[in-house]
Amino acid sequence: MQRFILRRFLQSVLLLFVLALVIFGLARVSGNPADLLLREDATQEDRAHLMRALGLDRPVHEQLYIFLAGALRGNLGDSIRYRRPATELFFERLPNTLRLLPLAMVGALAIAIPLGVLAAVYRGTIIDRVSGAVAVLGLATPSFWLGIVLIYIFSIKLGVLPSSRMGGPSHYVLPAITLGVFLVAGMMRLVRSSLLEVMGSEFVKLARLKGLSQTVVIWKHCLRNALIPVTTLFGVYFALLITGAIVTETVFAWPGVGRLTYEAVIFRDYPLLQAVILLKGIIVLGVNLGVDILYAYLDPRVRYA
Amino acid sequence: MARVEERIDVGFGPSPAAEAASRPRGDLARLPWISFFIIAVLIVVAVLAPLVAPHSPTEQSLPDKLTPPAWQEGGSTKHLLGTDILGRDVLSRLIYGARVSLIVAAAALLAGGGVGLMVGIVSGYLGGRVDSFLMRVVDATLTFPTILIALLLAVSLGQGLQTIAIAITVLIWARFARVVRGEVLAVKTRDFVALARVHGCSHLRIMAIHIVPNVLNTFMVLLTLHIGFVIIVEASLSFLGAGIPPPTPSWGQMVADGRSHIASAWWLAVVPGAAIMLVVLAFNLFGDWLRDWLDPRLRQV
Repeated sequence: MQRFILRRFLQSVLLLFVLALVIFGLARVSGNPADLLLREDATQEDRAHLMRALGLDRPVHEQLYIFLAGALRGNLGDSIRYRRPATELFFERLPNTLRLLPLAMVGALAIAIPLGVLAAVYRGTIIDRVSGAVAVLGLATPSFWLGIVLIYIFSIKLGVLPSSRMGGPSHYVLPAITLGVFLVAGMMRLVRSSLLEVMGSEFVKLARLKGLSQTVVIWKHCLRNALIPVTTLFGVYFALLITGAIVTETVFAWPGVGRLTYEAVIFRDYPLLQAVILLKGIIVLGVNLGVDILYAYLDPRVRYA
Repeated sequence: MARVEERIDVGFGPSPAAEAASRPRGDLARLPWISFFIIAVLIVVAVLAPLVAPHSPTEQSLPDKLTPPAWQEGGSTKHLLGTDILGRDVLSRLIYGARVSLIVAAAALLAGGGVGLMVGIVSGYLGGRVDSFLMRVVDATLTFPTILIALLLAVSLGQGLQTIAIAITVLIWARFARVVRGEVLAVKTRDFVALARVHGCSHLRIMAIHIVPNVLNTFMVLLTLHIGFVIIVEASLSFLGAGIPPPTPSWGQMVADGRSHIASAWWLAVVPGAAIMLVVLAFNLFGDWLRDWLDPRLRQV
């Protein structure tokens, strides 16, 4: 077990290092990173001054060393727009995103599991088709558009829910729905196919032979096993939510890290963007590592694979 | 994956005749005609944009600004879907936007699918350390929110078709690589591969001449299944200000522009978004049909 954890940990560190290299490299692919950092009206002296200040006049390997050493100390540069350390901005906004994500996740599960179960149990019937159609529609709906349509219907036409910014509980409804729908389709299909697989297995036949009722067999024997793949994909869903949060927070002017990412993009705030990406990378890799360790703990087969 | 193992055990795949017989009958009859129609209209309109569009997509006409769609009060048949804040015709922008969507989708799918195909073939065929290394990279790419890298690319390389194509390549290659690899694992155990080897074919030749044609069906299905996804990704990048730069009309950009006018001019955001949804739905249903027809084993993907 310790060896497994150590190996997975080292893998994550390696991945993080690769991510840092990619970020470092991309800033230089397009030419001089100083041009990414400067405002458009900057003079030639500003440029030369900045290059000296950032050490861009030194050889590349020294630059890489400076970048990595800074990153390790938590110094990822200052945001151009806010003129403040990028890490500080990120951690200021993070709690707002973390308030939204669990709601979306729970909401998505609350819809996806019953729908997936119904679709599997009534396979081939109209119920299966309707839930299949819901999944297909969900996959085809761009979430940025869904958010805007929800605002139009519930905030502007009906006037029952607030359209943007944080506030009381009602402020959470629309963003959580928008973010949750992003996940529902995939989750539902997964629940359906994994339940169908379990329903065909031997122990389920045995449970039926024993004379257990359909409800007990499905909900107690099958669903528990069917949900294993759903939980192992938690890491993937988390990454999806982090992605979805960029668009959702933008639409609802939600002051989280997703919105911060968007601001970094439209204001071409390169230091802020690279900090946001590196920090989000650390979080996603950390969550994935945690999920893997938990899974290995629960299922010994994984450890020795 | 279980199915792939089955095929490895058997050694031979089912004969083409048996395969054809086991296909559900009347596939052409079950062709999703509505999807097919939507896709056909989209392609025709995109190709013939200058002939079909009633106005120029970039021509501004401030007196006509924010005209609602024709069926609403105050709308006129001159602008069927209304005009935006600068008086540009929404329908014309939508038509030219279809061009952008299709060009980006084609470029990105060819690039991303191509990279995925190559990695999948090399990984599956060579096996061993190369395989486990490449599959690690694939796993890492799949669990990472790669759209962040796409945004970073857009900011560092500047906006444009090339950047978007690279960004989407980064996003999708791993999905292709994984599925293609699975197929290759099954194909490479078949006798004709061993025979080719005995005849003295190089590994490169076997991969190019013997493996590629046998995974082509799967590849085509994967391509079709990903068109909708790519269109949504492109629209999302445009929405976030990292897509094709204005004034070239793109659907995501149109939704973004319409967002701030949602209270007074709902059609600006709703119409292009509905177009995205309709087109993606059509491509997804078409892809599902193609998969069932050509390669039903991909159902789990």
